[in-house]
Amino acid sequence: MARVVVDPITRIEGHLRIEVEIKDGKIIDAYSSGTMVRGFELILKGRDPRDAWAFTERACGVCTTVHALASVRTVEDALGIAIPPNAELVRNLMFCAQYMQDHVVHFYHLHALDWVDVVSALKADPKKTSEIAQSISNWPKSSPKYFSDLQKKLTAFVQSGQLGIFANGYWGHAAYKLPAEVNLIGVAHYLEALEWQKEMVKVHTILGGKNPHPNYLVGGAPCAVNIDDANALNSERLAMLSKLFEDGQEFIEKVYLPDLLAVASFYKDWGGIGGGLTNYLSYGDLPANGYADIAKFKFPRGIILNRNLAEVIPVDGHDVEQIKEFVTHSWYDYSVGDNTGLHPWSGETKLNYTGPKPPYNHLDVKAKYSWLKTPRWKGNPMEVGPLARLLVAFASGNQEVKEVVTSTLKTLNVPVAALFSTLGRTAARGLETKLIATWAKEFLAQFIANIKNGDTRMFNNEKWEPSTWPEEAKGVGMTEAPRGALAHWIVIKNEKIDNYQLVVPSTWNASPRDDKGNMSSYESALIGTPVKDPEKPLEILRTIHSFDPCIACAVHLYDEKGKYIHQIQTF
Amino acid sequence: MNENPVMPGVTINENSVTYWEEMKRQGYSRRDFLKFAAWISAFIGIESSGVGKVVRAMETKTRIPVVWFHFQECTCCSESFIRSSHPIVADVVLDKISLDYTETLQAAAGKQAEEALHSTMKKYKGEYLMMVEGSVPTDDGGVYCCIGGRTALDIVKEAAEGAKAIVAWGSCASNGCIQSSRPNPTGATPIHKIISVKPIINVPGCPPIAEVMAGTIVHILTFDRIPQLDGLGRPKAFYSRRVHDTCYRRPNYDAGLFVNSFDDENAKRGYCLYKMGCRGPMTYNSCGVIRWNNGVSYPIQSGHGCIGCSEAHFWDNGPFYQRLASFPGFGIETTADDIGLALGAVTVAGIAAHAVSTNIKKRKLINAEVENGQSEEKGGE
Repeated sequence: MARVVVDPITRIEGHLRIEVEIKDGKIIDAYSSGTMVRGFELILKGRDPRDAWAFTERACGVCTTVHALASVRTVEDALGIAIPPNAELVRNLMFCAQYMQDHVVHFYHLHALDWVDVVSALKADPKKTSEIAQSISNWPKSSPKYFSDLQKKLTAFVQSGQLGIFANGYWGHAAYKLPAEVNLIGVAHYLEALEWQKEMVKVHTILGGKNPHPNYLVGGAPCAVNIDDANALNSERLAMLSKLFEDGQEFIEKVYLPDLLAVASFYKDWGGIGGGLTNYLSYGDLPANGYADIAKFKFPRGIILNRNLAEVIPVDGHDVEQIKEFVTHSWYDYSVGDNTGLHPWSGETKLNYTGPKPPYNHLDVKAKYSWLKTPRWKGNPMEVGPLARLLVAFASGNQEVKEVVTSTLKTLNVPVAALFSTLGRTAARGLETKLIATWAKEFLAQFIANIKNGDTRMFNNEKWEPSTWPEEAKGVGMTEAPRGALAHWIVIKNEKIDNYQLVVPSTWNASPRDDKGNMSSYESALIGTPVKDPEKPLEILRTIHSFDPCIACAVHLYDEKGKYIHQIQTF
Repeated sequence: MNENPVMPGVTINENSVTYWEEMKRQGYSRRDFLKFAAWISAFIGIESSGVGKVVRAMETKTRIPVVWFHFQECTCCSESFIRSSHPIVADVVLDKISLDYTETLQAAAGKQAEEALHSTMKKYKGEYLMMVEGSVPTDDGGVYCCIGGRTALDIVKEAAEGAKAIVAWGSCASNGCIQSSRPNPTGATPIHKIISVKPIINVPGCPPIAEVMAGTIVHILTFDRIPQLDGLGRPKAFYSRRVHDTCYRRPNYDAGLFVNSFDDENAKRGYCLYKMGCRGPMTYNSCGVIRWNNGVSYPIQSGHGCIGCSEAHFWDNGPFYQRLASFPGFGIETTADDIGLALGAVTVAGIAAHAVSTNIKKRKLINAEVENGQSEEKGGE
């Protein structure tokens, strides 16, 4: 039996360490640890709730915007603020742009090198490469010359001996299965996607002033509409939004999705690996009729238990019996005992590192071993992310989702069960990107129609002044980050933040075992994964990357009775 | 030609590659190359007579090894860096440096990633550039950030020893940013407070503008020396002007035209956001000049005040929507060095002086706004 440690897990956001036990070429035990914390919630205490979006947005710069969105919703929920329809549409447009950019970057720059062997691309026949490329898509950059030029550049790069980001990869590993030509296509699109992604985010720059970390606003959106002024959203800005979404959709339809299917067709065995948990949670998002009308969300809200797609169970963030967090294996103390779960509104955590003194070789996995806490829904572990969203939508009867899922399964000639896997997760991400690119255009059309009809409202200032607020208020704001279900909880007292907590997607997925010893998503998905060469555990990266880890710490810290209490969560 | 140690079976060309050679290889013409050199020159503020020097430098320099660390951060700096917008930057600048260690993008993980790091640190001792994204927690022996079982504190000290120079990306590495704001629970510390033996370039911002990041790297590569820095270690080229002094809405300030509430009639006309809490008057950055994401917009242009994200301790300078009671206003030729570090504790006379120097006719109006603002703030507390 071999203990294999992968630390740092690269091509992710944040600091993640994986330790596994391997026996007879398969993983039989796994431990996931977040190894960095910062201290967000102690910092948030006492601040102006209207500022919280800016603080929490800094939880993550990769899925930038999602915490800001959860935060403004949380404050609006607490204070009873309804935002104008245009502001909801602006938030939806920013949400869509975020997914379109982030999922493409994940596929090409964070995940692809687990499947694409860069060195093998050097041996590809450019003519054959061109034929394959043209057979799967009508994307124009596909001539033999294009691939031959790229190959020459790549060869020269490799021959320089300075391999930069490609140095020391698992090139030549037996688990790489793509033909050289498909590898060359992968490298070409890796570079094209790098160019493309910086265009997509310009949606955020127009509506939020910058990216990463665009601006949000409690009560609406900061960008004013005035079709007769140069200093507001006018026809030029709207035309630019339209072009950005058109171009974005074209790349997704003609590059990302064909590549995804092509790669998947060579790795169908991964449709039977990495399934892990059997419960899925989605908070839902993209309100088509305002955030209060949950039934009209493009992504429905709900829970699936035991992979039973015949039933979707409701989830409620206000119900203190539903979502609770545990610290049995996390570096914190609970005053009520470390085996009792606490709802985020009444949660308490005292930061207490009891791990090995650095430098260390192994964590003490029988004790506490992570800075992540362990969230549970009614005691159940949940997978969150693109697969959970897709399954909840599928089970809720969403026709658009049903169509893309069914046709993809048919194209790949795999059974429905293949969804519950490493490959299923990666495919779900692509399929939802396709849908979102379509929905973005609907939202933009609606936005323009509103303006045409004379509605330019973007902000509700009724509760802007703190003097209009109640002495005490509590709120929950939910969203779907690209990586999964994200929620913030706030308690406002005397115009200030009294308590603020984040339960983030990678906390659900990457957390350590709970009070009963049950695993969360990462650990569970690794069990049974084959590892051909423990010295080069490529297969571990495949399954972990299929979740798109985002581990930057969102840290829950607050003060209770004069004593600093820290609740740390990792994202 | 030698056997390649990290990619067996692939030979290494002993002759190192210059920018020009590499651009040729990537299909760029000599004309493209000269345009690129001219753009870079303009970008980093070199007069046209100096373009020749840039061209020569780029023809003869090899790719400098870079190790890029991630500590207490959110990766917004890396994300901003890959947004670098000039057409050639993604193709060329990314390839001009040899990014031998970066947890965000590198193919290798775990042991192989650490080997790549140590191989570069050994082979290029004294030559590699060290780039740091994130602050370093120093409380409790540094247990709040560990990579490969070692503390960030340990890693940063070791890597700094052999580095030629250090670039501290973003507000986290250059001033501690959010995790160091009140009450700084993990002892988050910027790099310059840990390392004192190496030149350190602070490139603050949350994140910094992509082209500022690229421009800083290009400056180092082209001239083989670090850019001119101000007293806070920031490249003068990008941090010597206040956002307020380069803001296209500045004439509205001078004319006393202010937004009074988000989305009001004045907001729809793009008036000054000073009364909405804009931190432009105390923030040194290039947002008003370079703008964001290839010049598309910047926060003020999109209707939200500047939150001052490139200034030290900006998180504790809030609430963000409360207008500045006063700020120094000694004219647009004044740099941060002249004003010093007194930004958080400026005198009331400051804004009056600013008003006088900007627009005599509107002096009364602006003074009235300021006094009104001060009394409102007092009333609010």
